[in-house]
Amino acid sequence: MTENNKFEFTIESGKAERHYWMDLWRYRELFYILAWRDIAVQYKQAIMGVLWALIRPLLTMIIFVVIFGKIAKLPSEGVPYPVFVFAAMLPWTFFATAFASSGNSLIGNASLISKVYFPRLIIPAASIIVALVDFIISFTILIALMVWYNYLPTWHMLTLPLFLLLGFFAAFGAGLFIAALNVKYRDFKFIIPFVVQLGLYASPVAFSTTLVPEKYQLFYYLNPMVAVIDGFRWAISGGNTAINSTEIIVSVGVVCLLCLFGAIYFRKTEKTFADVI
Amino acid sequence: MSDNDIAIKVGNLGKRYVINHQKDKGDDNFREVIIGGTKKIIGVFNPFKKSEKQKETTEDFWALNDVNFEIKKGDKVGIIGRNGAGKSTLLKVLSRITEPTTGKIHINGRIASLLEVGTGFHPELTGRENIYLNGAILGMSRKEIKAKFDEIVAFAEVDKFLDTPVKRYSSGMYVRLAFSVAAHLEPEILVVDEVLAVGDVEFQKKCLGKMKDVSDQGRTVLFVSHNMNAIEQLCDHVILMSEGKVIKKSNNVREVIHDYLAFNENGISQSEWKNKDDQYKDKNFHLTSFCVKDNEGAAVTQAVRNDEVFSVEIKGYIEELDKALQVGYALYDEDNNLLYWSIFNDSAEKEWPEVKKGLNVFCSDIPKRFLNEGTYRLELIISLYFRCWIIEPQKNSPTIFFTIQGGLSDSPYWMIRRPGTLAPELKWSVK
Repeated sequence: MTENNKFEFTIESGKAERHYWMDLWRYRELFYILAWRDIAVQYKQAIMGVLWALIRPLLTMIIFVVIFGKIAKLPSEGVPYPVFVFAAMLPWTFFATAFASSGNSLIGNASLISKVYFPRLIIPAASIIVALVDFIISFTILIALMVWYNYLPTWHMLTLPLFLLLGFFAAFGAGLFIAALNVKYRDFKFIIPFVVQLGLYASPVAFSTTLVPEKYQLFYYLNPMVAVIDGFRWAISGGNTAINSTEIIVSVGVVCLLCLFGAIYFRKTEKTFADVI
Repeated sequence: MSDNDIAIKVGNLGKRYVINHQKDKGDDNFREVIIGGTKKIIGVFNPFKKSEKQKETTEDFWALNDVNFEIKKGDKVGIIGRNGAGKSTLLKVLSRITEPTTGKIHINGRIASLLEVGTGFHPELTGRENIYLNGAILGMSRKEIKAKFDEIVAFAEVDKFLDTPVKRYSSGMYVRLAFSVAAHLEPEILVVDEVLAVGDVEFQKKCLGKMKDVSDQGRTVLFVSHNMNAIEQLCDHVILMSEGKVIKKSNNVREVIHDYLAFNENGISQSEWKNKDDQYKDKNFHLTSFCVKDNEGAAVTQAVRNDEVFSVEIKGYIEELDKALQVGYALYDEDNNLLYWSIFNDSAEKEWPEVKKGLNVFCSDIPKRFLNEGTYRLELIISLYFRCWIIEPQKNSPTIFFTIQGGLSDSPYWMIRRPGTLAPELKWSVK
């Protein structure tokens, strides 16, 4: 009987909140398995498999090095330009893939949503894990670059996971918003690649944040990825590049707001997903 | 204390959908898509821009309306009703896929729902991987799946192909594996929607057997189906739904099914159906009416005599001629046994009646002294041959009824109804 009581519950209009967070925990295994499915599917029928996670950022980096490093000769704060660019390319690529896949995740799993119950939050969360795996794979390129340029990692490197976490939640918060909106308005499907493309140039990937005029700096920090990218550069270069506490505070604040409102909006619209998808 | 015996208690349950009637469906060219899309985006961000939206008229539709019932632990409950009666919506609300608009449901026990077999199967993954994936989606833990793995594989008979991606499976194998995973769920309450409509006859039997096992183990089962025989075999209670309401709940399964098949929603056996709500819109065949007419061409209002010829009339509007169009009817007796299908082009091709654009009236006589006394049910068969159903019997077809009484024979020795579905008068000779 005690076993049964665990599953006793009441369904009532607008009263789902109480079970929700409990259910999220109960369905954690589904989260693992969905994340694993996305990873398995991603690499299954590609002959080059894992190599793609290396080739894409590597090629983009080479293009950036040629165009912005050699032709435009943008300054790189004393760090070799390839390392400078790649240290930014890593978190940016992670954010872009995580944001895009979580933003499209609900539509991609429409058949699941209309057929089975589980906390829908699991879907966008699980889809980010693939981007995380890609990130880890392309991280090896960075190690190779550091070896090549004789860069010894310092204690600064230990802060890297914190900046990654910030990037993770930036993608998650924004992804939640777009995923929920995407269910009702498919237009957002077209907005995602646009944001990703524009964001690459709006974020300090090819150039240094210090190039942004002083009076616009604070405004520029509203892009949460600015602090993430600067943080990565700072950690990798062993504190040789600039970072300031304002940008970190602004970024953390923006990410918190994104996640909070993303989650609230997601929860608010979640109950109608099965009806409108 | 009685509360402990109750598995599901539903009170005052309602589910409302808002239907949008859009005035213009101008998604024809790319520019309009863009303009429409931009307007939409602006609309999302601008809550004050109401004028644009008011062009869309909305209408409330209650898929479930004031539904009340209780299900005791261990009951096997069949839910029947015509298409659009709210059965599937009820299951969706019960399995928490969608939230009710009003009312309360109290569920006591672990609930698992099976609204479609193979939900979440991924074509790129192997059979083995899909068992774990599908199991997790249906709410099984990895430990549970591991313990049942061999049983699942054996039941599905796919052991040779375990490490093949399921996209290379035959459709039979696919369905077997999917059902097998679902069948090995062990919830206290199982909610099933029409899963038996898949696979070949042999496998359907196996599924029915498995369902029976499940219900014999004392679990509560809710089962939606159009297959009345399956309901009768599996269930000890039945709920009849119509227009979002429960109109009958009884443990006399036979009787409810019988009444359901013999009468329409209002409890009258009608022999004429008119398309008042503009349903079944289809350019190949847009049904306008379906009725039984007597030999004078008037719609039958009371019982016909068995010594009169009467006819089935199907009227429909054809906008686009398709050579593959099939129009016909299926005839059932009171116990839902199918007697036959008849299609207008059953004969040799040169004898086919000509179908034209515009209104067509398909007419077919039912010979005298062929059927027996009793009530019969007619459903429509309208399809494009082997391509798609437009109206499918037992699925989305309107139903009409007729009753035969009297006129059995001219023989003084055949005055009362004989047993049998048919009562033909055949020629005899003695040599």
